Amino acid sequence: MTQQARVIGDTLLKVESISLGFGGVQALSNISFDIKKHEIRAIIGPNGAGKTSMLNVINGFYHPQEGAITFKGEVRRAMRPHEAAKQGIARTFQNVALFKGMSTLDNIMTGRNLRMSKNIFWQMLYLGPARREEMEHRQRVEEIIDFLEIQAIRRTPVGRLPYGLQKRVELARALAMEPELLLLDEPMAGMNVEEKEDMCRFILDVNEQFGTTIALIEHDMGVVMDISDRVVVLDYGRKLADGTPDEVRGNQDVIDAYLGVPHDEGDG
Amino acid sequence: MSGADTFPKLLLENATRIGGHPANREKDLGIWQTWNWSQVADEVRALACGLAALGFKRGDKLIIVGDNRPQLYWGMTAAQAIGGIPVPVYQDSVAKEMAFVVDHAEARFALVEDQEQVDKLLEIRETVPRLEQIIYNDPRGLRNYGQDFLNSYKAIQEKGREYDRANPDFYEKSVAGGKGADTSVMLYTSGTTGNPKGVVLTHENVMRTARNNQIMENLTADDEILAYLPMAWVGDHIFSFGQNHTAGFCVNCPESGATVMQDLRDIGPTYFFAPPRIFENILTSVMVRMEDAAPIKRRLFHYFMDLAQRVGPRILDGKPVAAGDRLLYALGSILVYGPLKNTLGFSRIRLAYTAGEAIGPDIFDFFRALGINLKQLYGMTEASVFITVQPDGQVDPETVGVPAPEVEVKIADNGEVLFRGPGSFQEYFKAAEATAETKDAEGWVHTGDAGLFNELGHLKIIDRAKDVGKLNDGTLVAPKYIENKLKFFPNIKEAVAFGNGRDYVAAFVNIDLVAMGNWAERHNIAYASYQELAAHPDVLEIARQHVEQVNQDLAQDPNLGGSQIKRFLILHKELDADDGELTRTRKVRRNFIAERYAELIEALYSGQEECHVETEVTFEDGRKGVIAADLKIVNAEIFPVAAELKKAS
Repeated sequence: MTQQARVIGDTLLKVESISLGFGGVQALSNISFDIKKHEIRAIIGPNGAGKTSMLNVINGFYHPQEGAITFKGEVRRAMRPHEAAKQGIARTFQNVALFKGMSTLDNIMTGRNLRMSKNIFWQMLYLGPARREEMEHRQRVEEIIDFLEIQAIRRTPVGRLPYGLQKRVELARALAMEPELLLLDEPMAGMNVEEKEDMCRFILDVNEQFGTTIALIEHDMGVVMDISDRVVVLDYGRKLADGTPDEVRGNQDVIDAYLGVPHDEGDG
Repeated sequence: MSGADTFPKLLLENATRIGGHPANREKDLGIWQTWNWSQVADEVRALACGLAALGFKRGDKLIIVGDNRPQLYWGMTAAQAIGGIPVPVYQDSVAKEMAFVVDHAEARFALVEDQEQVDKLLEIRETVPRLEQIIYNDPRGLRNYGQDFLNSYKAIQEKGREYDRANPDFYEKSVAGGKGADTSVMLYTSGTTGNPKGVVLTHENVMRTARNNQIMENLTADDEILAYLPMAWVGDHIFSFGQNHTAGFCVNCPESGATVMQDLRDIGPTYFFAPPRIFENILTSVMVRMEDAAPIKRRLFHYFMDLAQRVGPRILDGKPVAAGDRLLYALGSILVYGPLKNTLGFSRIRLAYTAGEAIGPDIFDFFRALGINLKQLYGMTEASVFITVQPDGQVDPETVGVPAPEVEVKIADNGEVLFRGPGSFQEYFKAAEATAETKDAEGWVHTGDAGLFNELGHLKIIDRAKDVGKLNDGTLVAPKYIENKLKFFPNIKEAVAFGNGRDYVAAFVNIDLVAMGNWAERHNIAYASYQELAAHPDVLEIARQHVEQVNQDLAQDPNLGGSQIKRFLILHKELDADDGELTRTRKVRRNFIAERYAELIEALYSGQEECHVETEVTFEDGRKGVIAADLKIVNAEIFPVAAELKKAS
């Protein structure tokens, strides 16, 4: 894996005037923001604000009725998730979506799938080139296992792991794609303090060591304020605020809508 | 036999004698990487020269902190090669504890594993201004630190190779300048009271002790061990460093602390050390898994384990066993013992040691029944480990064996065990008074343990000499003896008994979350935390039965029968080294606990049935919090003491 310095660069992804509705429900209306290279961008908002919809739009799962998405300088429309993946967008899910019966190692190997060039027949024979390819990919996967400190569960079926570790395996699988943009949907939901701290450290390390751009949804305000470079706030499908954690923290609309009561620290 | 009198000389000798033989292995990125002796000699040479280039002088100390890594072991030899003294520190020490050692040892250099340890050293840097240079092995997360006193291991070795080219005879000269009487290592003992003390050992101490034991147990270069216990502990220093050099066998370093059991299975060591606690954990997990196994497997397991308990230890000791049993045992080996040992990574074990605490007879017998030659030894840092060892075929869970080769042992008038031998430490660093208290003019070292020799000449340890106390009516109380009896129950993880100067014995108990948790699961008892499970009435009842069983056992002993436990409680938190309740080697710090939980002790000795307590705890990240609980106090039945049929010895 390449080691890149962490310098916030040009715009990597831009969403402009996105509107998305399901029948009578307007999930997103007229949302615009951008994500810059190498930054950690948080999307926050109360339940039902449209955060996950926004991620689904970015990775091509939902197709907005209006608006444009520009990724790496190219405007795109109506893209399927696997095409987004090929372009370098990986994600994790709010409810862990792993293959429960497969080992940690195999789950992470699936993240390499798009990068494998040999077809299934070669892979079944496991001869010559297919074998070499598998070994190269395994090497990458082992680096990620080392990085996320999950050596001990390498061979454990994912279904037997506690939730916090499953989340880590899911992050590992997303990293195995070597994405340019990593979308994390509530990476810390349901974790205890210690697991949250570990996860924070991993997110920062990924961002720092691999230079991966990260967009994350998170409810824990302490975490968001600590690790993000910029925060966009959604409420009822509208954009409420956009800026650095400090700016967002001081924004009266945000305090009213999201934090509920006026707060001194804003880290509730 | 080798003529080398220091470890760096021995390393050079090994590199020529068995240069191609594996010396170290480490699992990295899922694959075992091997270094043979000549490669290790090169690595050490480069590092030693790098240290010299950095300004490391003869007599300088090198702090070494981290999990067991070949690179850190090499750091020890490298420091020794240029006349320095390695000072390994427990890797889970909090910053404050580390600051004490770094400051007390007057170290200018530190070699650490990774960012975690670098962060700790940076945190204490202000308080230990003497510390000049830090070398780290794993660069992860350290890229943007940028301080000029932080050096990567690779960079230092690179520097060392340059230095070596510029001063080609420096390394050989430095190594040749070392003598057997030079200090080879300083090991800080965790100590149950006060600050740790730096035990000074020489090359001769470590080498002769390591070699004596090697000869006694026939260790060869073909043995394999797994280095997973803290490098700062004397046992690891003797097994994974001393005997690694003297016998030339390969030391295997696990991938991480969490993978030890898997790595054990990968390697299948022939020589293995574990404190009783680990054997206990293994036994507990085997039993828990058997409870979940299919009925036929479970019955097979129990049938053959019963047989093994009966004849296994006898077969191991070469005593006569009926032919039928022998045949059945052979069948059991195919069906149960073999697969079980293979799963645990014990298939190839030739020699296994345990020490540090009393081991439960059940646990001891279980492993011996499987055909694992598990033996007890008695040792301490001040002795370079070995004081007594059980010879093959003379093994007993109650004793710790006969004096090790060249070691003399005697019992003082007050019952304290004294020893003298080739491994006797030189002094406590910068603590002449403490040295004089421990080591007398004739070289006898006071162990602080109370013990006696049995009729076979085997030593039996009962308790710390200073902890043996008396109830108000004069009954003898050996708290540890009682605690150990409690801890032999798989459901009880830790116990602390009180009684000295009181009317009766009372105890704190910690339940074992694995064993009890499994029990709770099978009985549909939901719990969210240790605290909740510990307060469950059924759990209290189980604990009460265990305590009464112990009372019954004690009642059989005319000397200690009066020290039965009258009242006890289950603590609301697990005793933890981070809170200072246990030492880093997980020994109970009884006085500290007595002070910390004074209100609970008062409740035990008053008529109260419940006691409210609030306790400050330290989390793993160093932050503090408070947990509160209302603890129930349980009364246990006291049994009549057996009449003194014959006068006890």
